[in-house]
Amino acid sequence: MGTNRKCYSIQFVASALTLADVERIAALSHLELTDGEKELFRRQLADILAYAEQVQQIDTTGVPATAHVDAGRSVERADELTPCLPVEAALANAPEANRDAGLFKVPRVIGG
Amino acid sequence: MTAAQSARDLREQIVSGSTSAAEVCREHLARIEQANPKLNAFNTITRDRALERAAAIDRRRAAGDALGPLAGVPIALKDNMCVNGVRTTASSRILDTFVPPYDATVVRKLEAADAIIVGKTNCDEFAMGSSNENSAYGPVLNPWALDRTPGGSSGGSAAAVAARLTPLALGSDTGGSIRQPASLTGVVGLKPTYGRVSRYGLIALASSLDQIGPFARTVGDAALALSILAGPDSMDSTAAHEPVRDYMAALTGDVKGIRIGVPRAFIEAGVHEAVLRAFNAALDVLRDRGAEILDVALPHARYAVPVYYLVMTAEASSNLARYDGVRYGHRAAGAETLQLLYSRTRDEGFGPEAKRRIMLGTYVLSAGYYDAYYLKAQQVRTLLRRDYAQAFEQVDVVAMPTSPTAAFRLGEKTSDPLQMYLADIFTVSANLTGAPGISIPCGFTADVGAEAPGTTAPRLPIGLQLIGRMFDEGTLLKVGDAYQRATDWHTQAPA
Repeated sequence: MGTNRKCYSIQFVASALTLADVERIAALSHLELTDGEKELFRRQLADILAYAEQVQQIDTTGVPATAHVDAGRSVERADELTPCLPVEAALANAPEANRDAGLFKVPRVIGG
Repeated sequence: MTAAQSARDLREQIVSGSTSAAEVCREHLARIEQANPKLNAFNTITRDRALERAAAIDRRRAAGDALGPLAGVPIALKDNMCVNGVRTTASSRILDTFVPPYDATVVRKLEAADAIIVGKTNCDEFAMGSSNENSAYGPVLNPWALDRTPGGSSGGSAAAVAARLTPLALGSDTGGSIRQPASLTGVVGLKPTYGRVSRYGLIALASSLDQIGPFARTVGDAALALSILAGPDSMDSTAAHEPVRDYMAALTGDVKGIRIGVPRAFIEAGVHEAVLRAFNAALDVLRDRGAEILDVALPHARYAVPVYYLVMTAEASSNLARYDGVRYGHRAAGAETLQLLYSRTRDEGFGPEAKRRIMLGTYVLSAGYYDAYYLKAQQVRTLLRRDYAQAFEQVDVVAMPTSPTAAFRLGEKTSDPLQMYLADIFTVSANLTGAPGISIPCGFTADVGAEAPGTTAPRLPIGLQLIGRMFDEGTLLKVGDAYQRATDWHTQAPA
């Protein structure tokens, strides 16, 4: 099985998780980690992944994935306007906002 | 004193006029304010709001108005459920100052039933943990032994009910976060079927697993709470339209002919001796009352923890992407670019367990690893659901201990996240399959053998877990209620 071969090669990768791997994952996660955190997480994530890899021993050929237990049918409602959060309430928790204009504020992303 | 009474008794006394909602509220607030410096069970106590609402109930009673099914009953909410105008933190620094602009559906329903919300309880950060030690506000202590954890993540709600601070509390259960702390503190904890209770206004951890449910001291009170909480919701498309059954009608005490399946091989692989003895004794009680005890096989149950930690972290990494310092919560100072604003805000705002799970989830979803981890875990999740479906062809209920051990010491597992994750071995299956589960007090460690010879072991509660068919909370409540009629564990209170 091609899938299984791929899994076994990854088992090797996970137990040898490098600091560069941790930095890559941290960047994807939008987390700026300290050097201490990077080394701690490298060890802990490698341990957890090595443990989790036992699922790869199970033959799941032809088994569909469960993303959701599908407890109810999908629900729709009439396409009608209903009351929603007023702008001032939505902005009330914002660390920085232009409340008169009704906008959240972030650092400049376009131009200099 | 009204503080040790059940929700049902309190409501009756308030409606009959033998006490007032204001008096009940004052007594419970006094107990909370006295106990909280020791237990750290509450993040926020809503004293003024609660007293105002209690007085309003008394005025309505005086005017001859009908009162709701929880009239004047004090209730505590885990601090991951939004209450309009009341600080809601999920025990995270990143939400330290968050004040929701709307009510969760469970809040709306409880207050429509005239319950009185007395505060928001401490929990693991974003409900991530099995010991409450991941809270940004410090751990909750177990009322039975102050050097022990109350379990997690809904540890504050469990401790509040165990210490008789409130008769009812709500928690959320993603991998055992209602049932495990219920077990470790000696109270009833019910995780309803996935979709049975709306999650609108619940701060999300893992959306295919999260469910809200009640803590109580009696199964009857849990049934009453579920009657109020259950049902569809136009604000939550995952809230099921399945008809809500009459849970109070299930409380007959009669379990004759109910078939209880026990996955012996799975249980005995990793459970403490005292827990196993209390569990077996509980099965004897149910057998004596007419239930039939059968063996069932759940061959994939031993993979439930790894599957859970792959699926849950993947979903958590996605749900926690919203905390970016823009719309609410903490924001790092002085970040010059949007990228730095995000990454510094999140590094400062999240605690170590939240970071660990975000990283793990991001990793298992990332290109090249998705098939081997996330997809594989979802396939094994299907095999686990099939195991349970087969078991439920032979039996009505599956019984297991709730937790492999009684309450462990604070600090015992904090340095090794994997050991902490294994505390969830018996609870995660119900979340992965969607099935309802309940934990019911079934004894104490010291009654069934001390932990080790020559030590003075504290007397710690043990929980019996029952798992049922989808939407069959009624049978769990029936069996649990019958068990409580035959035993008095639930009437015992910590010193």
